Amino acid sequence: MIHLVKLLEAALFASPRPVPVEELTALASEASPAEIASALDALRVHYDVDGHGVELAEIGGGWQILTRAEYTGAIERAQLAARPQRLSAAALETLAIIAYRQPIGRMEVEEIRGVAVGSILKSLQERALIDVVGRAEGLGRPLLYGTTPLFLEQFALRHLEELPRADELAIALRPAPQPL
Amino acid sequence: MGAVMTEEQAQGPQVGVHAESVTLVMEAVPAVAPVQPVSFLVDLPAYAGPLDLLLSLIRDEKVDIYDIPIAHIARQFLLRVRVLQLNDAAEYLELAARLLRIKAQMLLPRHGEMEKWEDPRAELVRRLLEYQQMREVVDILERRGDERRSRFARAWLQESGESVAAPLSLSLGELLTAVDRILRVTREPTVHTIVARTLDVAGAIAMVRSVIAERRNARWGELVARDAEPWQILSMLLALLELAKLGELRLAQPRPFASVEIEHDSSGEAA
Repeated sequence: MIHLVKLLEAALFASPRPVPVEELTALASEASPAEIASALDALRVHYDVDGHGVELAEIGGGWQILTRAEYTGAIERAQLAARPQRLSAAALETLAIIAYRQPIGRMEVEEIRGVAVGSILKSLQERALIDVVGRAEGLGRPLLYGTTPLFLEQFALRHLEELPRADELAIALRPAPQPL
Repeated sequence: MGAVMTEEQAQGPQVGVHAESVTLVMEAVPAVAPVQPVSFLVDLPAYAGPLDLLLSLIRDEKVDIYDIPIAHIARQFLLRVRVLQLNDAAEYLELAARLLRIKAQMLLPRHGEMEKWEDPRAELVRRLLEYQQMREVVDILERRGDERRSRFARAWLQESGESVAAPLSLSLGELLTAVDRILRVTREPTVHTIVARTLDVAGAIAMVRSVIAERRNARWGELVARDAEPWQILSMLLALLELAKLGELRLAQPRPFASVEIEHDSSGEAA
């Protein structure tokens, strides 16, 4: 067990991206998925309880070692690492729509946002947060977009279902009240 | 619409608004320099789009989203568009036009049964609610994104998604052998002489015509010799495409890389 925890720690340390559980399982073929899970848990507790500057986070369908938020300022001041840029409000709106309605075409995104989104789609695609996932039926067979694993990663989501369901949002779409 | 409104026009009396609401709007508007005319607006610091502007207007005016006093809101919307100098942003004008249209529809006398009357605001309300819901998701994403941004991974990968290339492992001997090989090969440059051959498309067309007149159909392999020169192959290809364009033959390839089947097109004759 101790060996397994160390092995997982080493693997997570070596990878700059979250490591999916399947890959961790492949790493130690003799360990069962349950053993992997409890080893990950042991590592997480180890970081949390024994007072480490890093923590274990479950992100984008995998596991990743991250520095603790309280040291971000100091790390950034020393220019050891830089935070990625924040997305603009327009980009976030577009991303939110795609996350909920994927696969979705440009026209429908524009319909909801009320503005043209061509260049925003392009820059989101360049940042690998969205990608073309198919083509719609119908006139011109427009491209359909969906979110990528990197999207989950950058928004610290385990999976898409972690976002609240549409009907759980405070202002759920409901039919308009009786005609006036 | 390309024209930029002058300051005088922007503050001119085209919209009949009483002074009270003007001050109210001026206060509510974030610090946007009203003097410098902007000829093209890509992104606005204050509003992410016309629906955002409309929604904040509805919030500021404290009106019920299900029962929007459309005449009042349309007036305020136009006023803000003017104050913020959004006259050049087509999307804002489009929504403004939509508001005015709804306003006009509301003024129309309602004939017949009340149940049959469809509220012209219904579509707008639906869009506003949808937009508002999306804004809620934006808040969630913003919070989660900030949370993630405040923690560093061991090495932050730029958003390229490229896989990491393993470092090249070579011994000095291997490297020197490779250099030697390259130097030996390139010691004597080979000079190629390229002879330009003109294509003989007319000749190929004549040939295809005579073959097709005789046999009605043929295969690519029968028209082009196995040892044909590139110029002959190209001539034949252009000849076939030309004849197909003229409607004299039909070309078909049953599967990828199969021999092209050439067939006399009788429909062209009938026409």
